Amino acid sequence: MSLLVCQGVTAFYGDFQALYGIDLRVEEGETVAIIGSNGAGKSSFLRTLSGLQAAARDSIHLDGLPLGGLPAHRIVGRGVAMVPEGRRLFPSLSVEENLLIGAYSGRPGPWSLERLYALFPILGERRKSAATLLSGGQQQMVAIGRALMSNPRLLLCDELSLGLAPVVIKDIYAALPGIKAAGSSVLVVEQDVGQAMKVADRLYCFQEGRVSLEGRPGDLSREQISLAYFGI
Amino acid sequence: MAEWLNTLLQGLLLGGLYSLFATGLALSFGVMRMINIAHGDFAILAAFVAIAVVEPLGLNPFVVLLLIVPLMGGFGYLLQRLILNRTLGQDILPPLLVTFGFGIIIQNLLLVMFSADTRSLDIGALGTASVALGGDVAVGVLPLIVMAVAVAVLAGLQWLFAATPLGRAFRAASDDSEAAQLMGIDNRHIYALAMAIAMAIVAIAGVFLAIRANIAPTDGPARLLYAFEAVIIGGLGSLWGTLAGGIILGVAQAIGLKADPGWGILAGHLAFLAVLVIRPNGLFARTRER
Amino acid sequence: MSASTPIVERGTRASRVGLLLAALLLLAAIAAPWWAERSSQRLFTEFLYTLALAQMWNLLAGYGGLLSVGQQGFVGLGGYCLVVLGLQAGLNPFFIVPLAGVVAALVAIPAAAVLFRLRGAYFAVGTWVVAEVLRLLVANTASVGGGSGTSITRTVSGIPAWWRESTTLWLALTLGAGATLAVYFLLRSRYGLALTAVRDSEPAAESLGISVARVKWFAYLASAAGCGMAGALIFITKLRIAPEAAFSMDWTATMFFVVIIGGIGTIEGPIVGTLIFFLLREFLSDYGSGYLIVLGTVAVAFMLWLPRGVWGLLASRFDLHFFPVQRRLRNQALKEEK
Repeated sequence: MSLLVCQGVTAFYGDFQALYGIDLRVEEGETVAIIGSNGAGKSSFLRTLSGLQAAARDSIHLDGLPLGGLPAHRIVGRGVAMVPEGRRLFPSLSVEENLLIGAYSGRPGPWSLERLYALFPILGERRKSAATLLSGGQQQMVAIGRALMSNPRLLLCDELSLGLAPVVIKDIYAALPGIKAAGSSVLVVEQDVGQAMKVADRLYCFQEGRVSLEGRPGDLSREQISLAYFGI
Repeated sequence: MAEWLNTLLQGLLLGGLYSLFATGLALSFGVMRMINIAHGDFAILAAFVAIAVVEPLGLNPFVVLLLIVPLMGGFGYLLQRLILNRTLGQDILPPLLVTFGFGIIIQNLLLVMFSADTRSLDIGALGTASVALGGDVAVGVLPLIVMAVAVAVLAGLQWLFAATPLGRAFRAASDDSEAAQLMGIDNRHIYALAMAIAMAIVAIAGVFLAIRANIAPTDGPARLLYAFEAVIIGGLGSLWGTLAGGIILGVAQAIGLKADPGWGILAGHLAFLAVLVIRPNGLFARTRER
Repeated sequence: MSASTPIVERGTRASRVGLLLAALLLLAAIAAPWWAERSSQRLFTEFLYTLALAQMWNLLAGYGGLLSVGQQGFVGLGGYCLVVLGLQAGLNPFFIVPLAGVVAALVAIPAAAVLFRLRGAYFAVGTWVVAEVLRLLVANTASVGGGSGTSITRTVSGIPAWWRESTTLWLALTLGAGATLAVYFLLRSRYGLALTAVRDSEPAAESLGISVARVKWFAYLASAAGCGMAGALIFITKLRIAPEAAFSMDWTATMFFVVIIGGIGTIEGPIVGTLIFFLLREFLSDYGSGYLIVLGTVAVAFMLWLPRGVWGLLASRFDLHFFPVQRRLRNQALKEEK
């Protein structure tokens, strides 16, 4: 059975429809990337998966159980954690407190402060500082660590590389194998197609709220991706 | 000289009571970003419930706190969960006007049930007991107790916010309510808990007020204003600032009262306006938003 | 794409009917001293000054996004202008009404300087503090009667009863209709567009080159002046003034009730709200405090379940606009397609 199965996911902002029936799967242990231009609906899709945006009950299943329509705070408990766009760290909490609040849902699993500090040693060194005083890359590590503390089956990452230097992006993605080894599948939204091709087992391309292409990075041609990405 | 020293001490200790009123207000603003306009009315409500329980049963007012505090706390939880949460959002008008409406309802309910007469809680000899500090200077035992309770409440809140998972959740929900949900925090529940704590503190403040002074059903708004002034003087986001704000307000009122009986409250308001002109962010501000 | 030009219009059929209706009502009200009983005249007067107050609060909260719970400060100030300018300086009370507006606006200038340091809900409570300061200052001034107040009968005793009653009504009419029309024309002006922009999004308005602070400042002063004038008129009808009554929170509570029930941010809302308010009072005033409990409950219920008020509901259901202030875009081509 697939870990995550989405069938006909839609999303609305008032009268504006952002998603027109997305079908998407994530298998156990897979890394799946979603690519697409600005406004293609990638972030709306992650927001819908994480419960910030309303969804029909049967449009999303995790391990065969319906996830759609649950409030965000209960979806975390079911094992879906999100690294939101722009990181959204809590400014009045220290690094360590940001990580601890990630464990608020109390889901059991492999992750602990020690294990996180082993994955991202710099966070251990700076655990007492205010989260917003860290560099952009370090803040992204906190955001990932915070999500991992809920021991997710599925980790959603929205634009991990946005606004970061290439060398920092490399560091961040270097953590991916460790995360998968601990038992999380990963769904990343990435604007950088090259980066997505590198890390993903499979990828989906979104265009104007629909899936325009799906496949394994090796099977897809540049022309196919370009057409799916830009629609031209 | 001793006379003025006594006045200053009275004002300082009055600050303890004001700080109790201010803490609840600061808490609900700090976590939910809303002002409960009926804050003072809820304190008066708690006090009248205490009076209604104490008089027929002949209980000690301090014992009654054990009943009133959890009662108001539970009431606060339900109020936030069932009604006030629905009013939260970008627009500040709904929470303000809904709580304003509650204020009017509470005042008039109390008028119907207790008439407009002033009432108070009798604590016996303790109410007038005082400790001599040498010379002609003395401080009342009751105001000292109130101040001690105010300090204890603030210390407790500081511990709650700094060292407990609930405190972290309060701060997280206040920073970014959406990101907090992504952590598994149920904001509706967290807000209701914050209101429960605020109301529990309001209950303490109300009961102490009724022990110290006569209260009438329409006294709530004045209490809201003092609490508000203490919060602004102290500076938003500063827990101990509310105590400093309460003390400054209390001292200003005591000095004003000494100069002319009609000028006590006015002097407090003027001190507040003066702080607003000189230090718009309050004396110990941590956050700039207001 | 069709090449037809959309037509920008403001008038609607309802607005033309509304205008006619309003003109007829206005004429009837002006003539009231010749056809209505004295008690009805008093009721009209009260209705009209309540409407004026509600429009002033609506201007602040509904359009300016400035929440005030301290407008009673300016009502009381206006009332006390009768004592100082009438009782003591000997001016004609009806002449004092516009002066009270000037006085209130002058007092609002320093008040605004302090209060505008506070935002949102804090501004609201701040306005209450200012109103309390004004009340306490008056209550502590023995020459205007101190805390127990004073009779102002002497200011109006020289005027024949018929003229007194009639002029009061005409003034109330001027204030009630004037406040409504003033808000209407203000909103249709460039200033109105700025006000609405400020309410909807301050940063956006700021980026359009609108000085948010100035627009708000203007709305605050205008509202203070309106409340001051209404205050002077109110106490001409009461003949006795005391700080507790003049600076009573009830004034603002009434404004807030009327505007919320009627429909905040609409010009028609306060009119509908005032009607409902007087109807409720007619039926419930015998119940004393119970009446206020009902009012409070109704207001809370509206805020929770019908935040746009009765008029908001009617307007959206039937597309009614008696006082259209928004520009409506009508596309000829679109209409034809339908």
